Amino acid sequence: MNLALREALLAFRRMPLLSVLSVTTIAFALFVVGLFGLVAINLRGALAALEERVEIIVYLRRGTPVETATLAITDIETFHEVATATYVSEDEALSRARRELAEFQGVFADLRANPLPASIEVRLKPGFRSAEHVNAVAERLRGFRFAEDIRYGREWIEKLDRLRDVAALVGLTVGAAFAIASVIIIGTTIRMGVLHRGREIAIMRLVGATDGFVRRPFLLEGALKGALGGAAAVGLNHAAFFTVDRLLFDAAFFDPAWVAFIVLFGTALGLLASAASVRRHLGSPTS
Amino acid sequence: MIRFAGVFKAYPRGSLALKDVSFHIAKGEFAFLTGHSGAGKSTVLRLIHAEEFPTSGEVRVSGFLTADLTSREIPRLRRRLGIVFQDFRLLEDRTAEENVAFALEVTGARRATIAPKVMRVLAQVGLAAKAAAYPKELSGGEQQRVAIARALVNDPLVLLADEPTGNLDERATRGVFQLLRDINAAGTAVLMATHDLDLVRQAPYRVIELQQGALVYDSGADGGPETDAGAGAAS
Ligand SMILES: Nc1ncnc2c1ncn2[C@@H]1O[C@H](COP(=O)(O)OP(=O)(O)OP(=O)(O)O)[C@@H](O)[C@H]1O
Ligand SMILES: [Mg+2]
Repeated sequence: MNLALREALLAFRRMPLLSVLSVTTIAFALFVVGLFGLVAINLRGALAALEERVEIIVYLRRGTPVETATLAITDIETFHEVATATYVSEDEALSRARRELAEFQGVFADLRANPLPASIEVRLKPGFRSAEHVNAVAERLRGFRFAEDIRYGREWIEKLDRLRDVAALVGLTVGAAFAIASVIIIGTTIRMGVLHRGREIAIMRLVGATDGFVRRPFLLEGALKGALGGAAAVGLNHAAFFTVDRLLFDAAFFDPAWVAFIVLFGTALGLLASAASVRRHLGSPTS
Repeated sequence: MIRFAGVFKAYPRGSLALKDVSFHIAKGEFAFLTGHSGAGKSTVLRLIHAEEFPTSGEVRVSGFLTADLTSREIPRLRRRLGIVFQDFRLLEDRTAEENVAFALEVTGARRATIAPKVMRVLAQVGLAAKAAAYPKELSGGEQQRVAIARALVNDPLVLLADEPTGNLDERATRGVFQLLRDINAAGTAVLMATHDLDLVRQAPYRVIELQQGALVYDSGADGGPETDAGAGAAS
């Protein structure tokens, strides 16, 4: 173990430039993914605030008895997505309109009959406010015979949803490209290390080192570079977050679990790259 | 302990390096392996430490057929063999002490047990005072002593030496040879490939001579007792 760690650290000193390059590419790969992650996190915050206000309004056919509406409401409230459903009578709708649209006071005063329909306002539980759920609930509400029209902010919910998807997709694509580059660079570094240390490896085998023992320092080296890259990515992301938070608006950063995940992911990436390279270049025990 | 039975060895892109070679080396024995350049001496040693495998015939070490060893068992076998080469094969960026310790670290030995063992074998080869020296700070003879110490540190069944004095002047040669004799006297078998006939004549040891891959002379050619097959384990 100790020997493997010492060897892995020595490898940094033997090929400092390539080592720095490996760490940097991993760092950039994860930084880019992280950046889009941050965008997604902060967008989610904004979305949640907007989604607070998501409601579905079912306009009732004229002449629908209150009892029918009340019965429907108890039914609607059993939907697992639904938080509340409230009945708004024709009169209430009118007085609300009068209150909210004070400029049209005169228009309302002249009315001989109330033109506004009664409605049921449905609010959804948090976690069920995405376009998908809104659509599903709206579809079910359409099934009520008394429902004349159903309104909800479908368009902008879908747009925000799409924006979030695009951010995630762009982040993952760019990140994957960087990740592939970093796997290749780490693989190359390890390969050079294996070639550079051919003599040493031959001697290790001569004195009875197992394959696993010969490979361990290289795997450790890759994992170490990945972990460093991951940590650097977190640092860069934090710098980005800090700048935005200071200069633009109150932003959110990854919680500790995500930070740990990023570092672990970098480690896994480095380990994967070195494992693949070692497998190819250290081959059979007697080569 | 080491038994060759009708061994043929052909390298992938070469002619036959060994032709029908049979011999047996007993525990604690000292044997020379002689022959001209290209006769197959190194090939015999490579077959013993399972770096190469016979094309046909059997090579047994400590009762085990090398051809049957798994890739996990081969390292275990090698830990029971001490191997020394003409070119020393030391790691340049490690001191004498660290080079010897390396053979123990590789086996996963406990740290605390390593240092005393290393000092003991360095003392045994007469290099205790140079433990902290790097290979380039040592003479050829001293470097070979470090290599021998490394070969000894795992208490091998047999010391395989491939032209251990090939790069040394006469004085150093005598010193290293005497060391090998002392090691043998202490109970470790030694199989030494050499074409230094002066050395061979100096000592009353068994001589196995190869010529173009064939065994042409064996001063101890009684085939050896058949008792050791399966006796003792490789690990
Ligand atoms: N890896 C190899 N591939 C092909 N042929 C080989 C290989 N190693 C050795 N040979 C051939 O096998 C024969 C025996 O070689 P070996 O090295 O065993 O001889 P040797 O007796 O040790 O010679 P020397 O005294 O020069 O060290 C030679 O003809 C050599 O060319
Ligand atoms: Mg040779």
